[in-house]
Amino acid sequence: MAVELTVNGEHRTVDALSDTPLLWVLRDDLGLTGTKYSCGIGECGACTVHLDGQPVAACQVSLSRAAGRSVTTIEGLAGDDGGPHPVQAAWVAENVPQCGFCQSGQIMTATAFLAHTPDPDDAAIDAALSGNLCRCGTYQRVRRAVRRAAATMQEAK
Amino acid sequence: MGVETANNQRTRVSRRAFLKAGALAGGGLLLGLRLPPTDGTADAAGADGNAPEADTAFAPNAWVRIDTDDQVTVLVDRSEMGQGVMTALPMLVCEELEADWARIGTRFAPADEAYANRLLGSQITGGSTAIRNAWQPLREAGAAARTMLVAAAAQRWGVSAETCRVEKQVVRHPESGRSAPFGDLAAAAAEQPVPDSVALKDPAAFTLIGTPTDRLDAPPKVDGSARFGMDVQLPGLLTAQVVRCPVLGGSVASFDASAAEAVPGVRHVVEIDSGVAVIADGYWPAWKGREALDVQWDYGPHAGLSSDAIAQQFRRDADAGKAATARDDGDTAAALENASKTVEAEYEVPFLAHACMEPMNCTARLTDDGVEVWVPTQNQTASQEAAAEVAGVPKEKAHVHTTYLGGGFGRRSHTDFVRDAVACARAAGAPVKVIWTRADTTRHDRFRPATYNRLAAAVGDGTVKGWRHHIVGPSIKANNDMLGGEAVDSSSVDGAKDLPYGVGNVHIAYTMSNTPVPLWWWRSVGNSQNGFIREAFFDEAARAAGRDPYELRRELLADQPRYRGVLERAAEAAGWGAGPRHGDARGIALMKSFGSYCAEVAEVSVTPDGRVRVHRVDVAIDCGPVVNPDTVTQQMESGVVYGLSAAFDEAVTVRRGQVEQTNFDNYAILRMDQMPEVHVHMVASDSSPGGVGEPGTPPIAPAVANAILAATGEPVRRLPLTRAGFRPA
Repeated sequence: MAVELTVNGEHRTVDALSDTPLLWVLRDDLGLTGTKYSCGIGECGACTVHLDGQPVAACQVSLSRAAGRSVTTIEGLAGDDGGPHPVQAAWVAENVPQCGFCQSGQIMTATAFLAHTPDPDDAAIDAALSGNLCRCGTYQRVRRAVRRAAATMQEAK
Repeated sequence: MGVETANNQRTRVSRRAFLKAGALAGGGLLLGLRLPPTDGTADAAGADGNAPEADTAFAPNAWVRIDTDDQVTVLVDRSEMGQGVMTALPMLVCEELEADWARIGTRFAPADEAYANRLLGSQITGGSTAIRNAWQPLREAGAAARTMLVAAAAQRWGVSAETCRVEKQVVRHPESGRSAPFGDLAAAAAEQPVPDSVALKDPAAFTLIGTPTDRLDAPPKVDGSARFGMDVQLPGLLTAQVVRCPVLGGSVASFDASAAEAVPGVRHVVEIDSGVAVIADGYWPAWKGREALDVQWDYGPHAGLSSDAIAQQFRRDADAGKAATARDDGDTAAALENASKTVEAEYEVPFLAHACMEPMNCTARLTDDGVEVWVPTQNQTASQEAAAEVAGVPKEKAHVHTTYLGGGFGRRSHTDFVRDAVACARAAGAPVKVIWTRADTTRHDRFRPATYNRLAAAVGDGTVKGWRHHIVGPSIKANNDMLGGEAVDSSSVDGAKDLPYGVGNVHIAYTMSNTPVPLWWWRSVGNSQNGFIREAFFDEAARAAGRDPYELRRELLADQPRYRGVLERAAEAAGWGAGPRHGDARGIALMKSFGSYCAEVAEVSVTPDGRVRVHRVDVAIDCGPVVNPDTVTQQMESGVVYGLSAAFDEAVTVRRGQVEQTNFDNYAILRMDQMPEVHVHMVASDSSPGGVGEPGTPPIAPAVANAILAATGEPVRRLPLTRAGFRPA
């Protein structure tokens, strides 16, 4: 089934089984491997992308449901100048990643969160990011990076 | 910083080692001059993101490559699984080479004997050995390359090498004002003899080692460009899933592939050693094919196995009295007999899964005369051997491309996923990526052993005078046919046998009680369970002796300065002895493992209905010389989370021969809203380097258990806490 959708601002046509999860459309059909598979049941957040601006677990969204909609992945997060998003810059500044496998999902959740909560307190950060599992234990640095990104983005306004 | 800086530490360099590692001067090269490929298929991009020149002008040893365009590249021979080797190992080389850190490039090394881990015997990343192994050779490799570059410059300019200086990969002759970058000297340096000995810097002169340094792998890990095993792409690549028998030790009796083969996109359905492989155009058709597949299993002899039966077996074997003695100091029986008070307890810990965020996977491609694998592995040597064996080619025809690892924790030193991939590629006649689902990864993990323990302490005069610990549980080595004739698997008693307290009478015994549950090394191995048991029981004994557990530890570590150093530092940082800052109570514990000393204090609150929250953890670590302080901090934070996660809610259980846990909904790992503040304090020492990947894990479970004991008066003798009547708050 040929399905049309917008991925990172580009119009794409995908021919795949209609029940294929968006995760595997991105990874196998479009070659966008920055979005990670880890649990496949929406428990870990590793495959978080933005669907029309909202964070979703790409393993839980079928291709047919994504039809005609706009998807942003970690590869599409950089600014128009190609520079890193302030959240990505904050992640590097805090040396957040260890193995790094969960970080695309952490960052996609954090960017969506900060878009509507520009000045979060710690409890709000924890609540927003507790759906993103990290086995290396980078949570403390994720908190710091979210705070740093929030400050940077506030300054830029 | 010049080459002649403080060279009071002259070190013999093994010429044989350099030649073995492929020195140009030797004529014959074990390693080619070409760097590992960076075609985007597998090998991680270098930190600078630039592809290297195809031919390397100067390859003085296995680790250093310098091109005519002045690019310095360090080959990283350990696997990057989050622990920071991709930054720390190049720091060692760069410090002595005097390369410009801002421009350093890195590549993952291929499988080659030149990269054998001297502490483990083959090319393997584990046992917290990366820095311990590399500390001397990688600095020597950098120094040797620098010496050859300087010799080339001196020869070109007709001056003595001693009058030259090196800074940021430029060789200068101050007297004449001449200078040349490494790139201009690379070809000439390749003609210089490899030095028989090199001078290493005095540590006081280090400019990079010991300085907090940003991770080189952070940028590609925040923009999606870092290539993990899961991300490998090749022309014509197929994706496979392998359906394994759900019962431990079972096998395929028969299968009907017709429904699976009818799924669009499914190419092959074949039996391989580990089960039935569904090979398809992508993950989703492979999944749908697998769902449609009809397999009849031969459940084998373990179809009735359960966790309850295993627990009963441990007790039966404990009662049988057959135990091997691992340590016997003084007369523990008499000490217990004569004690004014004895404390006795039983402790139990469960099987645990590694639960790497990246599920197990491997990609394989058969070539005309060999096989290539792209794999997130901790064990290049074993991967190479496994790939060669399954492909039916000689070892030297099996090429291993190491990708980034989405977590390792010991799991990825096994090769079951490598065997799957090569078997599928053979069957399909095409390159195949095998992806284990999360359920496959959890149920068919190889687990941290469960154990049952009986302990007794002799208490009197306000101290502990005798200590008995009897461990009953399966042996990792026996489970993997690695035991030989030993009665005690050393990893079963690690952390118990090396009780550091000066209690005089110590008896440590081990009864091997094997089960069909597959076992493997899990971060900190035996220390992970024995640390909890030993340190938690110590607090029970201290309580019986009427002593503060910190003060009694200090007293019984009177002649153990490194233990005392971390104990005191952690206690001081946590405000031990003062009223609670966070929560209800503090708990302290310490362990030495993998060459490093680590003490942790946990500040914990417990509600009357058993809800536990860990507010803050202070970690004191003495790991000898520190290469990258930020790496040490990260690894302590990581070790605490890994251990705390297990302590809270991790357990693998077996019912009807099957592992019951499948995914993060029933094998719950720590989430961000349970994350304590972690503060890391480094205790300086000038001893030899210790590891940091594992030592942060063992002390956290007992520190939390001891805080719960302090808060409630009730000991925690069983993990996880959720099976001991507690819940995470």
